[in-house]
Amino acid sequence: MAVTIWLAGVAAHAEAVVAGLSQDAIAITTNFEGSEILIFGAVRREAPPPGTAPLEVIITVQGPPRPVTVRRKDRRFGIWVNTDASEIDAAPTFYAVKTTAPLSVVLSQTEDMRHRVTLDRVIRAVGTGRADQDLFNAALIRIRSADGAYQLIEGGVRLREQTLFDTAVRLPANLTEGEYVTRIFLMRDGAVVDLYEQTIPVRKVGVERMIYTLAQDRPLIYGLLSLCIAIAAGWMASAVFRAIRR
Amino acid sequence: MQIYLPIAEVSVNALLILGLGGLVGILSGMFGVGGGFLITPLLFFIGIPPAVAVATSTNQIVAASFSALLAHLKRKTVDIKMGGVLLAGGLVGAAAGVQVFAALTRLGQVDLMVRLCYVVFLGIIGTLMLIESLRALRRARAAGGNLPPMRKQRGWIDALPFKMRFRTSGLYISVIPPVVVGLFVGLLAAIMGVGGGFIMVPAMIYLLGMPTKVVIGTSLFQIIFVAGFATLMHATTNYSVDLVLAMLLLLGGVVGAQIGTSIGTRMKAEQLRILLAALVLAVGVQLALELLLAPSELYSLADMRVAP
Repeated sequence: MAVTIWLAGVAAHAEAVVAGLSQDAIAITTNFEGSEILIFGAVRREAPPPGTAPLEVIITVQGPPRPVTVRRKDRRFGIWVNTDASEIDAAPTFYAVKTTAPLSVVLSQTEDMRHRVTLDRVIRAVGTGRADQDLFNAALIRIRSADGAYQLIEGGVRLREQTLFDTAVRLPANLTEGEYVTRIFLMRDGAVVDLYEQTIPVRKVGVERMIYTLAQDRPLIYGLLSLCIAIAAGWMASAVFRAIRR
Repeated sequence: MQIYLPIAEVSVNALLILGLGGLVGILSGMFGVGGGFLITPLLFFIGIPPAVAVATSTNQIVAASFSALLAHLKRKTVDIKMGGVLLAGGLVGAAAGVQVFAALTRLGQVDLMVRLCYVVFLGIIGTLMLIESLRALRRARAAGGNLPPMRKQRGWIDALPFKMRFRTSGLYISVIPPVVVGLFVGLLAAIMGVGGGFIMVPAMIYLLGMPTKVVIGTSLFQIIFVAGFATLMHATTNYSVDLVLAMLLLLGGVVGAQIGTSIGTRMKAEQLRILLAALVLAVGVQLALELLLAPSELYSLADMRVAP
């Protein structure tokens, strides 16, 4: 797949991305503590670099989108109560942006709108009917950034000789299952010169997978199983302690 | 030692969870409370999603309560007849509570209601118990020894029909007060996501006049059924019971419950009641402060789980 995209890139542009990822799938196992993906690549050129504007790279990694409700508290009758809420249609459960230079320099408004690079463009909150929707979006970004689910690291991509680039994206331990989309943008003068895209599936495996599937597909059996384990554990502890005391 | 929880979808320290389960287990064995009112906020604090924390703690309560109940059964400090009467009311109350909970969820005010319930009930019960047990302790000291507890004046309760003899508790009272107590506790338990022991224990001591030693075992008996019922409801409607988290909690919990029971039998009833009162008050005050003080983050997120 990489080859076909690369060929298409060559046909359309003077500069194209050739890239690789350290992992092509992430397995969530019992001792999963988060993961790190190394993203690296090079710029392939048919001719010498054009113009004077320097080459810049933007790399984004996006987790599966989910709806989310953002609630705001206000003081009513002396206590803090949830008064306003905004239901956001789709916000990525994970989103990382890494660049070679500040985004305001690297990316123009029009290209941001076209490719949805910054979080403001990625989060879809239409038809919430709120005049102050911006405040709710900002709160969502603030809270998820504090958890490490949203990352913006300007200058986090290393670019050498205007050709070789690499970065590492840290995935937190509380990953949502799904397809994680990695995008690499080659930028010149605020415009996208080339785009490379690759998807990494994130899946639970082994015992984790089994328990999750059972809970989703056979909830009654799963619930009864949980109760049986609870009762058995309670009985065993009691029996063990009686034996110790004797 | 980090471990990934398949339903909660977070990675946690297994030893931390074991310790948490153990601590709550000790309390549950000592006081006959399921410990739900402690474990659920503690799980929030270490980053477990609220829906999973509420559902999974009900499962842990079943295990800890069962372990403690066996210890009490052996000492014959369980009034099974009274427990059955309480339970009859409790299940009806819990079923109604689930409906109330669903209605509040639709309004988006479930958080506030749960918190207010906690603050009001923990505050009232904690204060009443503290005052009463301090008075009892002083009375016992003044008399220079252990006095038999004063016979309560229960005029109107004695006048109710359908009287029944509860031999273990040494009571001959109408079944109406226990059924109403059970109903009320079941209702609150379903709304607050707890077994309801911290309401049940004082209600049995002060409203029904049962002896403290019997109260704890009897409370555990009915908590097991109410919490078990809640676990099944959560597993089938919200898919939010985390088996791995529950196993870790209950491993710590069942051991703690055994230790707690033996501590409990070595302490005087008044001392037990003062400790429980202090604990109940501390949690109540903590929750009240959260409602009264300006939060550092005004906004909160509620992830909507995608149903399969």
